[in-house]
Amino acid sequence: MSETDWPLFEVFIRSRSGLEHKHVGSLHAADARMAIEHARDVYTRRQEGVSLWVVRSADIIASDPEEADALFEPARDKVYRHPTFYAIPDEVKNL
Amino acid sequence: MSATNASSETGVQAQEEARCQYVLRLADTSLVLGQRLAEWIGHAPALEEDLALANLSLDLIGQARLLLGYAGELEGRGRNEDALAFLRDAPEFMNLALAEQPNGDFGNTIVRQWLIDAWQLEIYGALAHSTDTRLAAIAAKAIRETRYHYRFSSGWLVRLGDGTAESHERVQRALDALWRFTPELFEPDEIDQRMSRAGIAPALPELAAQWSARVERDLSEATLTRPATGPYPWHGKRGVHTEHLGHLLGEMQHLQRTYPGACW
Amino acid sequence: MYTQALDTHGKEPAAGAAERDAHATRFQARVDAEEKIEPKDWMPEAYRQTLIRQISQHAHSEIVGMLPEGNWITRAPTLKRKAVLIAKVQDEGGHGMYLYSAAETLGISRAQMLEQLLSGAAKYSSIFNYPTLTWADVGAIGWLVDGAAIMNQIPICRCSYGPYARAMVRICKEESFHQRQGFEIMLTLTQGSRAQRAMAQDALNRWWWPSLMMFGPSDADSKHTAQSMRWKIKRFSNDELRQKFIDITVPQAHFLGLTIPDNELHWDEATQHYRVGPIDWSEFYAVLKGNGPCNRERLEARQRAHESGRWVREAAAAHAERARNRSHVAKVAGEAA
Repeated sequence: MSETDWPLFEVFIRSRSGLEHKHVGSLHAADARMAIEHARDVYTRRQEGVSLWVVRSADIIASDPEEADALFEPARDKVYRHPTFYAIPDEVKNL
Repeated sequence: MSATNASSETGVQAQEEARCQYVLRLADTSLVLGQRLAEWIGHAPALEEDLALANLSLDLIGQARLLLGYAGELEGRGRNEDALAFLRDAPEFMNLALAEQPNGDFGNTIVRQWLIDAWQLEIYGALAHSTDTRLAAIAAKAIRETRYHYRFSSGWLVRLGDGTAESHERVQRALDALWRFTPELFEPDEIDQRMSRAGIAPALPELAAQWSARVERDLSEATLTRPATGPYPWHGKRGVHTEHLGHLLGEMQHLQRTYPGACW
Repeated sequence: MYTQALDTHGKEPAAGAAERDAHATRFQARVDAEEKIEPKDWMPEAYRQTLIRQISQHAHSEIVGMLPEGNWITRAPTLKRKAVLIAKVQDEGGHGMYLYSAAETLGISRAQMLEQLLSGAAKYSSIFNYPTLTWADVGAIGWLVDGAAIMNQIPICRCSYGPYARAMVRICKEESFHQRQGFEIMLTLTQGSRAQRAMAQDALNRWWWPSLMMFGPSDADSKHTAQSMRWKIKRFSNDELRQKFIDITVPQAHFLGLTIPDNELHWDEATQHYRVGPIDWSEFYAVLKGNGPCNRERLEARQRAHESGRWVREAAAAHAERARNRSHVAKVAGEAA
């Protein structure tokens, strides 16, 4: 690690109990402890969080947009996964 | 007025003056330290550290505002936080001499910060149980900030002390230079003793041992050597400062002094 | 995800012209449909480079922008003003960070961008090359410069590139207090003593024209505009935004009881706009070239901070390396046991 190259970390914040952690951006830090502090200083100045995750960008494995078709398109026509696909008579309750 | 009434009146008065002085000491230490940190903004070693130092400065100025406001009320002469901050001269400032020392390089700033953070941890920690409920409330809020400050400064102390040969040398040098201001941190004087007898403030000798143990631990992890403690001629707490404070105040107070009575 | 994990940054693959055209057509269709382009998506190389240039310039502007106002933090006239100014300058640093972060998704590193700034190769907003000479300048910057910045920034919240748009949304949310803070300072001064009123007028005199120049020259003179508009990186022309700013700001100056330093300023009943006198673009280009009042000082300040901080960054990196090796050794020893 050179002095100009503190690794890049991605930052995720849970803004409130009950919500998931959401990706908010990235920052540079020399180590994990510093990364948490930087994330706190940069991304939670306005009470935007109750929990922070920082992950080295290099550790994130992302799906390849070139494969987006093969990965996500097949789910599109499986409409029977959605409740609205099923016609239930109005008189039937609790379904 | 009977003799006992008169003496108890002056006794109460002396006690209230002591309380006001005590609060001013805390306030001025936070104010002066906050002002020093603000000098770094835009000039830190990395953008992330600009934000970190600004955060510390904001917290300390916030503490100063609360404490100065309280001190002004205790004083009862109608001085608010700004009157106290901008219109007192150096001999009336009650901050620890350590706080007014110049920033120097980042290592020097970190050592100064870490020493005071470790001190504030003890002081605010104890003041949260003060019989003075106003002070206790301020301390309870401040201690949370101080815990974060200490995490920041001690983390950097270790990174720099146990970093490169250059960083180690710089930080050791800073430590050697600033250590002489540390006796003032826990040396009790008459005001401290009055306050601790009244349950308002903690007894300093007890806290000194805890501070020392924490400092020892951090120095060890940072591979730094604790300097020898020598005599100290500075009593910032009593308004006897180093030459640095005058310049700091000259800069800070310039506008209010140049435009007396103006609203900003 | 953004730099190392995949070796295709959505870069144009070495493909035939036909395939490239197909990609480009699909790309433009997505942009036209207001779909967001994300980091690993295919994009024309020129789109990528335009964004890198624009986002990094924007980031540099925020960082350099910390200096003119930072100049008054230690001399702020009340504790409240001091705290507010620190928070504002801290925000600007944060904005720089959001933008560097967005730029890094396009395949350029923070180190490379910093190198471009410090070497003088990269541009940043010309406005920050002017000095802050009085406390009123702090008010004028918040009111005028942040006001102009907001005008520029709000449309970019809808730009086609996802990370840039999201960074702008975050920035715009934080920016609104900046302008109010500045205006409030001006208001306090104009309601104050004669000396304070004069201070406010003097600041307006010096910051008005540079603020108008912030929007850039007329688009007829800019070669980038048309393409940037097509790619939905730019949503309004420079002149449109500048006019909007003028129409909003002139009444504010009147409210303050201040005089805009322009003899030709007048309300045009026919077009329902304020018309201003001629802008001295030679000053703009001079500042852009490096001959503004503070170009040298601003760059030197950043260079000094970077240089004098080198040992700190090295130490942190060395410490982290050592800690990692220690834990690796311990792990190996544990496994061998």
